[in-house]
Amino acid sequence: MGLLIKNACVVNAAGESRAPVDILVEDGKIKKIAPSISAPGVEVIDAVGFKVLPGFIDLHVHLREPGREDKETIATGSASAAKGGFTAIFAMPNTIPAIDTAQVVQFVLDQAKKVGLVNVYPVGAITKGRAGEQITEMMDLKRAGCLGVSDDGRAVMNAGLMRRALEYASMAGLLVMQHCEDEHLSAKGVMNEGEVSTRLGLRGDPIIAETVIIARDIELARYLKTRVHFMHVSSARSVELIRRAKAEGIQVTAEATPHHFTLTDDAVKSFDTSTKVNPPLRMAADVQAIKDGLKDGTIDCIATDHAPHTLEDKEADFDCAPPGLVGLETAFALGMTELVGNGILTLTGLVDKMSAAPAHLTGLVNKGEIAEGRDADIVIVDPERKWMVTKEDIASKSKNSPFIGRQLRGRVITTICGGKKVYSEK
Amino acid sequence: MMGWKHKHLLDMGSLTKDEIGLVLETAKSFKEVSSREVKKVPALRGKTVALLFAEPSTRTRVSFELAAKRLSADTLTIQSTNSSLTKGETILDTALNIQAMNVDLVVVRHQASGVPQMLAQGTKMAIVNAGDGCRAHPTQALLDMFTIHEKLGSFSNIKVTIVGDILHSRVARSDIQGLVTMGAHVTVCGPSTLIPIGIEAMGAEATCDINKALKDADVVMGLRMQKERQQESFLPSVTEYVREFCITPERLRLAKPKALVMHPGPTNRGVEIAAEVADGPQSVILEQVTNGIAVRMAVLYLLLGRKSK
Repeated sequence: MGLLIKNACVVNAAGESRAPVDILVEDGKIKKIAPSISAPGVEVIDAVGFKVLPGFIDLHVHLREPGREDKETIATGSASAAKGGFTAIFAMPNTIPAIDTAQVVQFVLDQAKKVGLVNVYPVGAITKGRAGEQITEMMDLKRAGCLGVSDDGRAVMNAGLMRRALEYASMAGLLVMQHCEDEHLSAKGVMNEGEVSTRLGLRGDPIIAETVIIARDIELARYLKTRVHFMHVSSARSVELIRRAKAEGIQVTAEATPHHFTLTDDAVKSFDTSTKVNPPLRMAADVQAIKDGLKDGTIDCIATDHAPHTLEDKEADFDCAPPGLVGLETAFALGMTELVGNGILTLTGLVDKMSAAPAHLTGLVNKGEIAEGRDADIVIVDPERKWMVTKEDIASKSKNSPFIGRQLRGRVITTICGGKKVYSEK
Repeated sequence: MMGWKHKHLLDMGSLTKDEIGLVLETAKSFKEVSSREVKKVPALRGKTVALLFAEPSTRTRVSFELAAKRLSADTLTIQSTNSSLTKGETILDTALNIQAMNVDLVVVRHQASGVPQMLAQGTKMAIVNAGDGCRAHPTQALLDMFTIHEKLGSFSNIKVTIVGDILHSRVARSDIQGLVTMGAHVTVCGPSTLIPIGIEAMGAEATCDINKALKDADVVMGLRMQKERQQESFLPSVTEYVREFCITPERLRLAKPKALVMHPGPTNRGVEIAAEVADGPQSVILEQVTNGIAVRMAVLYLLLGRKSK
């Protein structure tokens, strides 16, 4: 059972194919790439007029299963990912129970396998129960299939514990993914602290809540000579700290979300709870700095922080509504609209941020590139197609998107994962 | 007279100078009603006004209730302690139920900023914000402005100084917006931990120097200082706050000789304002309460009372 993609204009992070090629997929792998392949009896997809990219990889997704299957399940989250062009997603461990033992890792992997749409990589917790007290059995988590660890939703607040976590994770070969938020500084803030929060009378979560953790962890990584990955970086100062650390040769990496390179805290003036997100939407200078950071490589990759919440949870007042928004299905289009459309990145640059870099960061050597012998994780897109985000179109179980009603450019046509067509536009 | 085109009153930022002037003018004509033997006019006969209070309040609720009743509207009160607000029903759901009973206008008080706006978007009724979170309390600002205008005759070039917990004060925010729109100078003063970032962008001057703040002020307004601020590390102690910021008779002497002393209530006597000052000859605190009814009558009348289009 194979697949033949004809007339593929392939765009890898390394560059774009000069002339259209055919791609033959067999046994989940890219078997052959050549100007013209004939393979009788194999399903043919004609990609003429489209671009063919390595499947997107999202380091930051909340699938909510186990525990909050009313918001999302591994099945609905996988479908949302496939529709957004993602072929690999990293499931954050803030589930109920948390992904903090090999058993829970195995559960997530089993469910994902049953669903059989995209690759799901459970991220283990850094500390047991994400309570910030004792580190998890990271060797066991690694053996069970984790590639990274995180207490996402919370930072590891205790610097001494973070030191041990970095040391131990480095032995286990796990990427430590930090949610950068000093909770004493964020102090239950519900939006960015600044002129807009003052005007709206909403409790502010200041930029320093993020930067003090980043600055601290840069020092830890420098001293310990370990890696650390900063998730959903949101402020200009954070970008600056990471840029300097990289210049000094410290092993730090970073991701940014589409909403942080698209929206400012002005969006909160509507009191629409889908604009409540953690870290919060920042100011115009921060949005610009995230774009600059993506352009100059300070920010390695784009991750969505896809965070589904039910209508019931989100229809609360702004103080009480849980933070988060769904992002898998709008990520590519926001990248096209905001980054490629504004000349921040080329399409190859966007492929680097969405496919090659996240594969590289997590050691997925067979992913992130379209080449012979690699995994057949492929997304076919129409980079020019304009479309309107609507609630009805969202495949995720939750519809909490601040982009509903917005016209975007760039549409996923077909997603192939492991050689199997997992999404196709109707 | 220029027209009134708002369906809701959500904050002071959405009112122009002329519109604020119209509310104050209208309030002036209603003030007399409350001093009559028969304190009632038929302006809102047949209209129903609901008071939806998710946060405890006595003064504001009673003031709105009397305002509505003196305009002959029917009123009902829903408070969080005795309603489905505590049973997991959302505030919007509660409001939609009120709407289903053909209520015309809802006066809403809520501890979260933005709730009145949410109800304005989610229902067809007129919404009056009676205080949301730290965001806005427009009728308090209007009654403050009514009182100032009644006493001083003008807003231009007067200095209004607001002292206390600016960060958590919806009254301060609404007063700043309204007074700045009318051409007054507003200075806010308090401990540095309780002055919010970017307050200058709303048009106020901010200082931690109480002497500088009070110097030559035409109006001195104290804000309630809640004791919980000490637990939240905004203040080392209430004692220190009193020492540094309490509006005492000595400090009041820095202001103009006939400066008005105001407070939105309820006062913590001896904390943000000395009893002698609160009860002194310059105090108009109780007149604010009286004027509150006239101003709220004006607001209800402007939103509901005129011929439907």
